[in-house]
Amino acid sequence: MRLSFLATLALALVPIGAASVGAQETSIVVASTTSTEDSGLFKHILPLFQAKTGIDVKVVAQGTGQALDTARRGDADVVFVHAKALEEKFVADGYGVARFDVMYNDFILIGPKGDPAKVTGGKDVVVALKAIAATKSPFVSRGDKSGTHSAELKLWTVAALDPQKDKPDWYREIGQGMGAALNTAGAMGAYVLSDRATWISFKNKDSLEIAVEGDTRLFNQYGIILVDPKKHPHVKAKPGQAFIDWVLSAEGQNAIRSYRIDGQQLFFPNSEQAQRKKAG
Amino acid sequence: MQVNGSTRIVDVGSALDLVLSGDPTLLRIVGLSLTVTVTATLAAAAIGIPFGAFVATSRFRGRSAIIVMLNALMGLPPVVVGLALFLALSRSGPLGGFGLLFTPSAMIIAQTLLILPIIAALTRQAIEDLWLEYAHELTAMQIGPIGRIMTLVYEGRFALATILLAGFGRAAAEVGAVMIVGGNIDGFTRVMTTTIALETSKGNLELAIGLGIVLIALVMVINAATWALRAWADRHAG
Repeated sequence: MRLSFLATLALALVPIGAASVGAQETSIVVASTTSTEDSGLFKHILPLFQAKTGIDVKVVAQGTGQALDTARRGDADVVFVHAKALEEKFVADGYGVARFDVMYNDFILIGPKGDPAKVTGGKDVVVALKAIAATKSPFVSRGDKSGTHSAELKLWTVAALDPQKDKPDWYREIGQGMGAALNTAGAMGAYVLSDRATWISFKNKDSLEIAVEGDTRLFNQYGIILVDPKKHPHVKAKPGQAFIDWVLSAEGQNAIRSYRIDGQQLFFPNSEQAQRKKAG
Repeated sequence: MQVNGSTRIVDVGSALDLVLSGDPTLLRIVGLSLTVTVTATLAAAAIGIPFGAFVATSRFRGRSAIIVMLNALMGLPPVVVGLALFLALSRSGPLGGFGLLFTPSAMIIAQTLLILPIIAALTRQAIEDLWLEYAHELTAMQIGPIGRIMTLVYEGRFALATILLAGFGRAAAEVGAVMIVGGNIDGFTRVMTTTIALETSKGNLELAIGLGIVLIALVMVINAATWALRAWADRHAG
């Protein structure tokens, strides 16, 4: 009897011994956004980086605001996000060493196929937002201080509207990631601002389609920053910097350029370093 | 399953295929889930069973308060446990020096904290019932407090096994806490529940529900195994 009890315990312990936690190799933590992780970009480029350097990159995917906060607490070595103003403040406040442009794509306004606000096909996102507000068509906001959320708020400001403050019925802040926002918009028949990478890789498009794209105000720039080891001495500055150097190099930029889903390129590299080389 | 009025066929088959074909990524996720949850259950048992049994068999000031607190903490919201542990384990927090945030260890701690009150409270209840039954004999035999607890735990082992399963089930089903303290890092801290949340957010609803069914099946297998063990033990206890 007692033996059988012990045997159960022993059996239960087997998987603990079997699952090795992984060899102790150099690894860094990168706080990044849901768009870069969910779109599969990291799965595409990280193995290339690891093969070259042996450095294991652990990605924690959060909204830009949360990712910067994670880094500010010293829980990440590198941040790779998309809200330039917030990133510059992060560096100015002494948390980051320096910020570099990595790549860009664009935001798109997604809407239901029924198009209640009659904005589909338009080129002016601000006109579209005004029409959504005027027709009180449902709009899903990320509401999570992510890069996409801050881009959305900026566009409302340009449209001289402030639904975040006024809280009309049709404006629904869900406080979740991009994919969850798209799922919600699909279920509600709502409009939503999305980054193009998440949209292309999103599998539950159903009744949603692109309503407005191509407005220059929808530009979406990604940047990368090393967390300052002067602020957080345990930051793995050397492998962190190696990752940044690689992402900005011609090799890293080519890796980003070559990532496609159904033939569509998701991110367009534009690091200064790679561009200089091209020009020279 | 109805999504936006259009009928979808849930592709459970492909998720099961992934498991049965031994897809290494998925096996790793399942393996980590089991490792984290089994470790947490054992850790919570190692603390919770002796503690629950002690409270059951002792009379001291503040005992009622401890029982009320244990019972109340059974309903601890995982996301609160996750957040509190996140703040503690963060590099800027009091335990930051250990560098445990975003590791499987942090997830084990989170699940342990989550189910410790469940195991302790239910153990207290089960052992107290036995204690009422055996108090006379044990007192007459002049068995000390530790001997008492060991005897009662042994006598109550089947009830305790069910309690451990309850704790295991709660930990295995949990997503909020492990998401926050583990970070859902691909190949490192990604477990079944966080994968399901991730696939849902990517719009891979079929894969997400398929993984959900795999998770339920795993919990069922473990429960069935425990049941079988108990039946076997009953027959041989004779």
